[in-house]
Amino acid sequence: MTSLKKMIGASTFAVMAATGAAQADKLTFYCSAQEDWCQLMANSFQDATGIDVAMTRKSSGETFAQIKAESANPKGDVWWGGTGDPHLQAAEEGLTAEYISPMRDQLHPWAISQAESAGNKTIGIYSGALGYGFNTDLLAANGLPEPTSWADLTKPEYKGHVQMANPNSSGTAYTTLATMMQLFGEDEGFKFMKKLHSNVNQYTKSGSAPIKAAGRGENTIGIVFMHDAVKQAVSGFPVKVVAPAEGTGYEIGSMSIIDGARNMEEAKKFYDWALSAEAQNLALEVNAFQVPSNKGAKTSQSAPDMSSIKLIDYDFKTYGSSDTRKRLLKKWDDEVSVLPQ
Amino acid sequence: MRPLVSERTAHPVLIFWIIAGWVGFFLLPWYGVEDFFTFEWLIDGYPFDTDYAPAAFLIGQGEKLWLAPALLGLLLPLLALGRRRTEPLYAKLLILSGTVGFGWMILQGFTIGIRGWNFDWARAMFGDLGDRQFGMGYGALICASAFLFLLTQGIAARGAINGDVFVLSAIGGVIVIVTAFVFFPIAKMLTAAFITEDGGYSAGVFASKFFDDRLWGLGCLSGGRCGVAWNSLFLAVLVGLITTVLGLIFALVVTRSGFRFKKGLRALTVLPIITPPFVIGLALILLFGLSGSVTVFFADVFGVQPTRWLYGLPGILIAQTLAFTPIAFLVLIGVVEGVSPSMEEAAQTLRASKWQVFKTVSLPLMRPGLANAFLLGFIESMADFGNPLVLGGNYDVLSTEIFFAIVGAQYDQGKAAVLAMVLLFFTLGAFYAQRFWLGKKSYTTVSGKGDSGVHPHMPRALSLPVLAIAMIWAGFTAVVYAMIFYGSVVELWGVNNNLTFKHYVTAFSFRLEEGGIRWSGAAWDSFWTTLKIAAIAAPLTAIVGLITAYLLTRQSFAGKNAFEFGTMLSFAIPGTVIGVSYILAFNVPPIEITGTGIILVVSFIFRNMPVGVRAGIASMSQLDKSLDESSLTLGANSWQTFRRIILPLLRPAILAALVYSFVRAMTAISAVIFLVSAEYDMATSYIIGRVENNDYGLAIAYSTTLIFVMLTVVAVMQLIVGRTEIGRRMTQSRTNV
Repeated sequence: MTSLKKMIGASTFAVMAATGAAQADKLTFYCSAQEDWCQLMANSFQDATGIDVAMTRKSSGETFAQIKAESANPKGDVWWGGTGDPHLQAAEEGLTAEYISPMRDQLHPWAISQAESAGNKTIGIYSGALGYGFNTDLLAANGLPEPTSWADLTKPEYKGHVQMANPNSSGTAYTTLATMMQLFGEDEGFKFMKKLHSNVNQYTKSGSAPIKAAGRGENTIGIVFMHDAVKQAVSGFPVKVVAPAEGTGYEIGSMSIIDGARNMEEAKKFYDWALSAEAQNLALEVNAFQVPSNKGAKTSQSAPDMSSIKLIDYDFKTYGSSDTRKRLLKKWDDEVSVLPQ
Repeated sequence: MRPLVSERTAHPVLIFWIIAGWVGFFLLPWYGVEDFFTFEWLIDGYPFDTDYAPAAFLIGQGEKLWLAPALLGLLLPLLALGRRRTEPLYAKLLILSGTVGFGWMILQGFTIGIRGWNFDWARAMFGDLGDRQFGMGYGALICASAFLFLLTQGIAARGAINGDVFVLSAIGGVIVIVTAFVFFPIAKMLTAAFITEDGGYSAGVFASKFFDDRLWGLGCLSGGRCGVAWNSLFLAVLVGLITTVLGLIFALVVTRSGFRFKKGLRALTVLPIITPPFVIGLALILLFGLSGSVTVFFADVFGVQPTRWLYGLPGILIAQTLAFTPIAFLVLIGVVEGVSPSMEEAAQTLRASKWQVFKTVSLPLMRPGLANAFLLGFIESMADFGNPLVLGGNYDVLSTEIFFAIVGAQYDQGKAAVLAMVLLFFTLGAFYAQRFWLGKKSYTTVSGKGDSGVHPHMPRALSLPVLAIAMIWAGFTAVVYAMIFYGSVVELWGVNNNLTFKHYVTAFSFRLEEGGIRWSGAAWDSFWTTLKIAAIAAPLTAIVGLITAYLLTRQSFAGKNAFEFGTMLSFAIPGTVIGVSYILAFNVPPIEITGTGIILVVSFIFRNMPVGVRAGIASMSQLDKSLDESSLTLGANSWQTFRRIILPLLRPAILAALVYSFVRAMTAISAVIFLVSAEYDMATSYIIGRVENNDYGLAIAYSTTLIFVMLTVVAVMQLIVGRTEIGRRMTQSRTNV
């Protein structure tokens, strides 16, 4: 009886081993960039390695919420794209795994410092500077001068013409808030936000909504990441992009491996591949105007020229931490959002 | 008739469930198997491989020994075979086996999970388990159902609800699935409201989040901004009222006027319900936004400055009214048709004027319909997420706040849970207000007695304004839809108006190749998935909904109110909360279904079931109970009565439930966004991805295609289900005098 059971056990094991070998490697890929970019990354990685990729695209906030909800039994392997804050948050909460890629020496310093500030649980894959864009037709129709700086946006003539997202709901708007703190200091920064508040016609929920509204002629000036504004202009909408004269903050789009990933080896393969110049060059094919983190990767001609933009030394560690975030958001809620417009 | 049944000692239903239990335990894989229906597992080591083994084989190999006690529940009912139903032992045996089996399944399912013991106390008591288990599979599912229905048969044998096995089993079944797929996930989510930052529980956290000024502030009375809760409430009441009135108007025009283009009107009123989210909002922006064609036209003609008036309450109100009037219409049409003409004729014979008849007879008899229509409009508005997102401006409502509390920069699940509770409180309040208004009156108008009257037309004083409003609203809807179609055939909506079909080509191109058609368009994958999921979910939703409605209107049992509350709950909760709570609850054993198509189907069933319930209740409260009673007296059992008498009279309700659940499954977004996976992507989440990426043309082309597909499906369903034939004279001439 025992030998029979052993035989059965052995044969099942053999069958299992055989099917295991026959089964193709696979990777569950959570993507928070734009749809066509995600699609291209998934297909290209599949072509390059033969690993089956199952890709799901959701915004970075949605993906974060999902990874958190799934943390007891993780379903995803790697999370690529989307603004850095949720990746940092995930690292802080231990939802993502530490990994040091051999590709690191090919990256820009800002990408590596992003990794170091999160205990190597995330890494920068692209960056984009904050700025704003305006609808040239509407500006002309209202007889307004072209704004060139942050301070311009607080001038009374732009009343009801500026739109930004609500920092409570959008990472882009939180970056704006944090940028003002670092650019002007906390007191002056909040003074700026208050003055800006009286010109704002709507705090949108989603980060890129202000510039989309501007593209459709529903709004004049939208405070967004400059690559989002460029995308509107390239799509054919009458939008002009502005790099504010005082200097500006930026985001670092990030990538993390999910803690407890079922396909850890494949996730690491993807991680290394996504940091390579050839993978990052794929952005050019899908009109993504961010600046890639690999020094050897090409940047689109239409992308905002980072060398001509005055970038502040953005402190991701401080402003990405949940304590600072909660404090600033509460202050903004209590002191800015309640003011009459 | 009962004595006949109880005399028999062979019980076919009992035998069926005993066999089912044994099949589940001895033949089917106990744990979840990926790609079950490819049946590859049959040749892949079944029945010994622990991944695919049935419970009996697992225990036989010394694995998962904690499953063994369930066997007791399978053996006990064997002793009941051959006994009479009236014997006390029969009932006792079945109740015992059902309770032991079902209870044990739940106990072991929750205490032993993917990392061994789920609770620290269990580890402390029994030591490390050194083993683990995954989500339940078909074996466990069927076995659990067998235990459940053995239990209900036992209870029936004891004489509860006249010993009616069908009714008791239906109640038991609905309670279990509603508990599993509504209460359980929602409870899991709502506990987040009490969790402090360091992971402990505290009521103080809840209080501080609940009594927030941003939620309850009354600033708008003094020129400032009101709290989110008041915003939502005000909007929902408005939408509920307007949609009910408009729905009634359309129902009256279709059933009680000489209006010629009823079919066209019917189609037009159904259009908004089959429109994917965002599309109506985008069309309204193009018409009335700052640069919208209507706004610009008026600004030019009257020389005024265009404004952003659309963004805020007006925009959401218009969009929601457009979107939810059809729901009110669907509920009301059945009720308006069902009002007995005999009563109206009786009133006329007694010399009441047409207006008096309408006001004192017809309208009061429509009360259940009006109340249900208002309730649905109210709840839909509360839970709506797409329209406020696009058109909300600075008018914040609960549903969007909940979404961004979860996915926004705050990551505050506790806040989301508190907001969800407030929302739930409002919807339940509306629910009870509706019950209070209906009271205990009888609205029965369809009885077994012959009723061959014909509906009188509306009084003239009423019909003129009603027709006018219907025409204006229909015209408005038509313009909005013309805009949408136009948007799908221009290069770039609002900027470059050259006509093109390229969006359709990108989305839906296909090539004929050797061996069949190659679906090369970008949208096909999500399109087929959506169609498949919706087609599976719709009939299941209708079945569950109507059975529930039958139990609620036709049976009385202890805890009926709580039962009704439970079935309405999932509808009252915004999709976002459902989405996240489903991930929290169903990502781990015993029910592990995230990333599958099943979770989508299940979420649709329980989200849309309340509409089936409401429509069913509204129609059923019009059917006289004497119909059932005469059927029962003639020897039919309650299942036969349900199938032969009630079901055929319920065709409008069935159609409403089927149509509604099908189209909602194809157009829902907020819950789906968390539940889609790589393999099961849905059309709406794909469309939103395109909107985010500026591909308005493609998004709208896809939406337009969906609209046409759903129109076709709805028409086909209408054909298959058919119309209720309530014996009424077909001649309209007499009342036209």
